[in-house]
Parts: sequence; C-alpha cells; structure tokens
Amino acid sequence: MKTALILVDAGRLVHLSAVDLVIIVFYFALVLAIGWYLKERANTSEDFFLAGREMTAWIAGLSFLSANLGSLELMGWAAAAYQYGILATHWYWIGAIPAMLFLGIVMMPFYYISKTHSVPGYLKLRFGESSRALAAVSFAAMTVLMSGINMYSMALVMKVILGWDIHFSIWVSSLTVAIYVALGGLRSAIFNEVLQFILIWAGAVLVPILGLIEAGGWTNLKERVAQNVGPAYMHVWGNLGSFNSNPMGIHWTGIVFGLGAVISFGYWTTDFLVVQRVLSAHNLRAAKMAPIIGAAFKMFVPFIVILPGLLGLALLPVKLTGEGAAVASGGHSYNEVLPLMLARYCGPGLLGLGITALIAGFMSGMAGNVSAFATVWTYDIYGALINKSANDQQYVRMGRWCTILGVLISIGTAYLVMQFLSIMDYVQALFSFFIAPLFGTVLLGMLWKRATPAGGFWGLLAGTLSSVSMWAWVKLDPSALRYVALSSNARDMAENMYRALWSWIVCVIVTVVVSLVTRPKPEAELVGLVYGATDIPSEGELPIYQRPIFWAGVVAIVFVILNIIFW
Amino acid sequence: MKPGSSISIWFFIGISLLVNGALIFAAGMYELMHPPEYPVVLYRLHASIWWGAILLCAGIVYCYRFRPTRAARANAGLPG
Repeated sequence: MKTALILVDAGRLVHLSAVDLVIIVFYFALVLAIGWYLKERANTSEDFFLAGREMTAWIAGLSFLSANLGSLELMGWAAAAYQYGILATHWYWIGAIPAMLFLGIVMMPFYYISKTHSVPGYLKLRFGESSRALAAVSFAAMTVLMSGINMYSMALVMKVILGWDIHFSIWVSSLTVAIYVALGGLRSAIFNEVLQFILIWAGAVLVPILGLIEAGGWTNLKERVAQNVGPAYMHVWGNLGSFNSNPMGIHWTGIVFGLGAVISFGYWTTDFLVVQRVLSAHNLRAAKMAPIIGAAFKMFVPFIVILPGLLGLALLPVKLTGEGAAVASGGHSYNEVLPLMLARYCGPGLLGLGITALIAGFMSGMAGNVSAFATVWTYDIYGALINKSANDQQYVRMGRWCTILGVLISIGTAYLVMQFLSIMDYVQALFSFFIAPLFGTVLLGMLWKRATPAGGFWGLLAGTLSSVSMWAWVKLDPSALRYVALSSNARDMAENMYRALWSWIVCVIVTVVVSLVTRPKPEAELVGLVYGATDIPSEGELPIYQRPIFWAGVVAIVFVILNIIFW
Repeated sequence: MKPGSSISIWFFIGISLLVNGALIFAAGMYELMHPPEYPVVLYRLHASIWWGAILLCAGIVYCYRFRPTRAARANAGLPG
C-alpha cells in the first residue's frame, strides 16, 4: 500500500490541505482574540505581571506545565527518544517529578508568603540587592537570547516540514505572541498556555495510539526496537550500571544526582519562567497544588513525546541520522521523527491539528519567556536600579514595552544565529551555567537561617564561575571530560549533568563557608522567607483529600510504579 | 478566576475543540466519500472521523457548561 511517506519530497516533509490551513489560521485568530478580550483586565502591575493573583490551582498548574512544553521540547525529546531510546524518559520523570513536588510542598510557601514578584525578588528579600542584581541580569539576558534561539530553530523546522519561508515563520509567530502578551499581560499568556496545552494533547495523542495499533501493542514494539537497535533502548534504569552499557553513555549517578537532584530542581524550582505561573495562584493552597497538578500531567507527557520516538525506531522504513549527516545525504534527521510520524498517520484536518500543536508549543514557550523577561526587567532591573520611584502605571507601561522589546531582541537573536550558527551552542551553555548554582542559593536561603547576604552572593557567583570554567576547560582540552564527567565516554548530556552537580556543590560550599564567617541577618528580618522563622498556615482542618501533601504522595507513588514498570 | 467579570478560559477551549472537531470530522467524512490516492497508514480506521467527533462533542459540552450567559447569571446570583 502506498502511504503518506510518499508525501515526503525534497522540498518539504508534509503538504497541508485547505482544511489544515483553516485550522492553523483559526488558532492564530483565537489566541489574538483572547489577548484582545483580556486587555481590559491588565491595568495594574499586579494584574499585568501576576494575573491579579487570582488563578485556580488547575489553571496555574496547566500553565506551569505548558510554559515548559515548547515545540522544541516536543520535537527535541521525540528525537532524543529515537537517538537514545526510552532513557529520554528520565527528563520527564526523575528529571521533573521530584522537583515539582518539592516546589509545591517545600518552597512554594516561602515564594508565596513573601509576596515576591519574581525569583530575583526573593533573593533581594533574603540576601540583598547584589544577589538580586546578579540573578536578574543573567536571567533577563539569557531568557531573551534563548527565546531567539528557540524561535530560529522553530522557523527552521517549519521550513523543513512545511516549506514555509523562515522570515515569515519568525515574524508571524513572534508578533502574535508580542500582541497577546502586551495586551493582556500574564493573564493572557496563562489563558493561551492552557489552550495550547489542550491543543498539544489533542493534536499529538493520536500518533502514539495509532502507532501502538500498527506495532501490535507494547510487547511487539519492544521486540521490534530490540531487533532494530538493541534491547538497551527499552530500559529506563536497567542499563545504567556503567557508562558503556547504554546509548547515552551515562552512569546512574549522573541521572540521579546530576539530573534528578540538581538540574531538575534548579530548573523547576528557580527558573522564573515556570515559577511565575504558580505565583499567580489565588491562595497558598492553590499555589501548592499547582505544581502537583503539573507533575501529575508531566508524568504522562512521554506518551506523546517519547513513545513517538520509539515508534519511529520500530516502524519507520527510513533510518534517521544526525543533522549534519542528514544534510549531507539528503535524508532525514532525528529531529524530524515527530513530524514524520504525524505525516504517517494524520490525514487532512488531523495534520493541521498536529502542526497547530507544534506551533502552539512554540508560542506557549515564547510567551513564557517574554512575560518572565518583562517581569524581571521591570521589577528587578528598571524598578530596582533605574527608576526606584516608579509608580504602578509606569510599571505597567514598562511591562508592555518590555514585552515588545523582548520579542524584538529575540528576533534579533534569531537572525544573529542564522548568520553565526555556533552562537547557539554558546548561549545554550550559558543558560545552563546559572540554573544549578541558583538552586543552591535559593535552597540554602529558604532552609538555613544562618545563610548570610555575603554567603548568598559569593556562593552564587562562585558556582556560576565554576560552571563556566569547567565548560571552557573541556572545550579547550576535550580529555578533561574524564575529570568533569568521570568518564571519557560521557556524551554531551552526561557532561551537562556532572557540570551542574559540581557547580551546585561549589555554590553550597562557598555559601556555607562565607556565611559562617560573616554576620547573619537578625531573625526578625527572616520572617516569611526562611524555614523556622515563618509561620506556614496549617492545613490540618482540611479533609485529607484536599491537602496538597496527600496528592503529592499519590503522584510520588505513581512515579515510583512507572519507574518500576519500565525499569 | 475572580468571579464577576470574565468569560471562563474553559469556554475558549470549548470553542477551539468545537471548531477543530467539526473541521476534522468533516474532512474525515469527505475522505470517506472520496478516498485519497495516497492514504495515510491505518487509513481504514478513519481516525479523522472518530477523533473529530470526540473533539466536537467535548467542545459542545465545554461551550455549554462554561457559556458566558451562565457565568453572568451565576455572578448575579441567579440559577443557571
């Protein structure tokens, strides 16, 4: 039987029909309409930057997850599943679930009770202005640069998949985001993120369902993958005993301590892009429940991301390769596995919805970036360093302009990357430098009363510099990999895990040592900021099924069961 | 959401599911009547028809359940 793969030609991966285009155009019209409708409800800074702090746990939780579900995330991890097998699932399970539960149960009370507008804002309250300035400037710069890189990558994907002009993709999608976020602020971003979350599932869920039917079920899928590439591709933990026995070249210590304990906690608990969504919750219980709801859904994202990659390994008649080899041979790269699977099963209409899911993923990620950038710039740079006497209306005005400015800088970055492709690697590395040390600083700030302002600042700076140094060391001398990543067989991902772990340890050690030799803040100044100095409202009067800790326990049990099933 | 002044996000989602479901269902029916020259894999399952119908039904339920007039009546203290 001739199949949809015949649709693949040299110019593009898939061809859209009229109904597909109608679905895509309708999506753009709807997100703009939502932004337009909400513009009347973004008049104060609290409205614009924190959505009036009136979101329910469900809306904040789905938005929290959606801001992370960018299209590059979808396609990138489907590609990683094709390349590394089911090991890629770690980035959704141990690389997310414990950290999300920790955010909800342990850290959220301090973020929420302190009434901070941002993560750098919390550092200001806890450690002082210098720590805030360091975190704010690095976060603002990296956020818009990353947004630009994602934008370029997305436009490139649209060119490969649909044959769309790269400039058209960049300008149409980014200006749409700029309009709806500038009009309605965080509320508009959150509304659209929830819509995008539903569309991502509606558009992507058919691929694994139909793929499993074609493969003849999970057992047959495992057998086919084992035949095609080997049994190591279908075990989550079983082959992590040594660096050489799994496709990723990583040891379980890297996954557990590097990814599970440092990188994921750093990202999910201190990256303001995601934390901002939870700060919009209407009360503390909702703020605690939001990450738990996000975690519950996050556990099942591999169904629409990892499984299509595995199905590609088992079912696709063509062998996918790395980007360079694909360009050289005129074949297809790992990154195209999800669109290829979409084209395999989705006819007119369904294909449009699938492509809309990819576009929605990109836009939700970008809206997350620009709204977080606007908040940090306005509160932690403009309000703290440039115009300390700014009033509420000036804050809102600055927020709107920053949103547009952030998008324009992102577009500029996208064009810069287009000219100098190597910039992409450097910026992605730069972003990773800040995450792990920031987690060390915030964690000690929340849990250790003795941590001092000097300890917080120097720990953050030392952790960041150590990360940069290790990265540069391996760049200049690749043999240094055996020290940084504990093995010369380690791949890029393994190196990132260990570098994060070391930089976190450096941050913690420096923070502790400097704190012990400097003067701590009086306890009265730590109220609402630190464990032991803060009255956290009791939930004892609530029935057990309404308590966040109960649902965190349920999610944790399911998480453990899933890991055992796919061991 | 704060009561009193807004259309629920779930209503917008209902609109999206309803319109997309209707379009996909219609496209599936058209394909059924005019089979394509190069069908997708598992074409015989007619995923467009049943998935479009599911989205359409979900959209109708959400639009009805979260319709703005109902929210306005609830905010005014009137029965839905």
